Amino acid sequence: MDKVIVAKDLSLAYSDDETIINKANFSIDSGSFVFITGASGSGKSTLLKSLYGALKPKEGSLVVGGVELNGVSSSKLNFLRKHLGIVFQDYKLVKEWTVEKNIMLPLIINGYDKSVTQNQVDSLLKHVKLRHQAAKYPPELSGGEQQRVAMARALAHNPILILADEPTGNLDDYSSQVIWNLLEGANEQLKTTVIVVTHHIPETMGVRYKHYHIEFGAIREVL
Amino acid sequence: MKSFKNHLSLVIALLSILFSLQIFTIVERSIDAYKENLATNYALVAVAQKRIDVKSLIRANPLVEDVEQLSPDAVIKRLNGSMSKKNIELLKLTLPKFYKLKLKHYPTPQELEELSAKLLRSQSINKVESFTKTHDTTYKLLLLFKTVVSVFAFTVLLVTVLLIFKELRIWQFQHNERMSIMGLFGAPVWLRSAVLFRLAIVDAIIAFLLAFALFMYLSTTEWVHKQFESIGIEVIFFDTLHDSLIMLGVALAISILLAVFIVLGHKEEV
Ligand SMILES: Nc1ncnc2c1ncn2[C@@H]1O[C@H](COP(=O)(O)OP(=O)(O)O)[C@@H](O)[C@H]1O
Ligand SMILES: [Mg+2]
Repeated sequence: MDKVIVAKDLSLAYSDDETIINKANFSIDSGSFVFITGASGSGKSTLLKSLYGALKPKEGSLVVGGVELNGVSSSKLNFLRKHLGIVFQDYKLVKEWTVEKNIMLPLIINGYDKSVTQNQVDSLLKHVKLRHQAAKYPPELSGGEQQRVAMARALAHNPILILADEPTGNLDDYSSQVIWNLLEGANEQLKTTVIVVTHHIPETMGVRYKHYHIEFGAIREVL
Repeated sequence: MKSFKNHLSLVIALLSILFSLQIFTIVERSIDAYKENLATNYALVAVAQKRIDVKSLIRANPLVEDVEQLSPDAVIKRLNGSMSKKNIELLKLTLPKFYKLKLKHYPTPQELEELSAKLLRSQSINKVESFTKTHDTTYKLLLLFKTVVSVFAFTVLLVTVLLIFKELRIWQFQHNERMSIMGLFGAPVWLRSAVLFRLAIVDAIIAFLLAFALFMYLSTTEWVHKQFESIGIEVIFFDTLHDSLIMLGVALAISILLAVFIVLGHKEEV
């Protein structure tokens, strides 16, 4: 099976004194559904940052979607990022843009047609139950609503890989279920690889998934 | 209009730059016009024993525009009754010749001094009256006026630039966030900064239109015309094509430069 991510002796750090991930080896199959758990501060977000190229590997090799991220050029990185769907832990919505425009961002960057873009955004707004908020600005929304906007944006351009950092962290049970259904749907129907950082793996998961746990700088599969 | 306030600060800054620029231009023009006015009214008087060669004098002194011999007739007329015709002819020959020298432009005191010295060196001329004292005062007054206005315009410019740099930090922060987010979704640099450049261009055009309207209005105001008339000069207050092109150019240059600063100062956060 194709590998969408291959890490060899991967070390991650923000400074020379402290290594967050230490010589990790793992690979993720294309089309799989992966959970990453770990205590607060264990390095889950740090690992995701390295996967979308915001944190360069300190040592080792990290290949995502066929692109080696150790020493990657900015044009290659842009190319890769166009095909990723990221849900950030702090949402990272553009405050001065409406909800609608925020969701459009990946579609604009990928050069989609205007009419396609509008249809896609309408359908996503319906899925994340934010149709009535389309013209609002992020600071006018609750945390949970902002998180759903971020989810919709990550799904907008049918990415090959979704990276979601605690995407249900601020949601009630009902809204969380909406998010899990969307992620499962993308994985099942579009064969999108999904990697989710979470504290609780939902009991209702309908798809087969893998589970990695981060502890003391090591990434280990939970069988 | 969420972004109205963002627009406002840059527009006002640009507007004040355009305003001080145009005021400076107008003062410059007024002084030039006034100098020309002075130059046409100003003349040196040279006294020569013999008739001088006007053409060679003009050739030797590029500053001299024209030389006109003052007729002694007026003086002689007064003596007419008491003198014989023969004596008058004789007097006419022995009387020194008076020349009025018109200059090309209003001279600086230094130019005036050099010219006088040079004229006196030519053997036929033995006296030059340059009315130095009045000339000096007028000229110094002009210079003072120009200095005061320049300092004023420069101060406005300086304060505005400082203001812009203070705002720049805020803009940098605001745009940095959006540009980083766009970058995380793979937007190339030109796309990340497109919004910024559009904003810069729109603001420059708004500031230009406001300045244009303001000076168009002022240039048709009776009061302004009366002021210039009272000094006795005619000044193009607002040259619709020339001045507006300069204004638009300056506004665009400054705001695009600011946008470039922001793009270059953009840092991706981890
Ligand atoms: N931008 C940063 N600069 C320096 N240290 C950081 C930065 N972000 C996170 N860290 C540190 O890295 C460690 C892992 O953080 P993180 O990956 O965010 O943990 P979590 O598993 O809770 O997502 C923490 O000790 C945190 O303090
Ligand atoms: Mg985290």
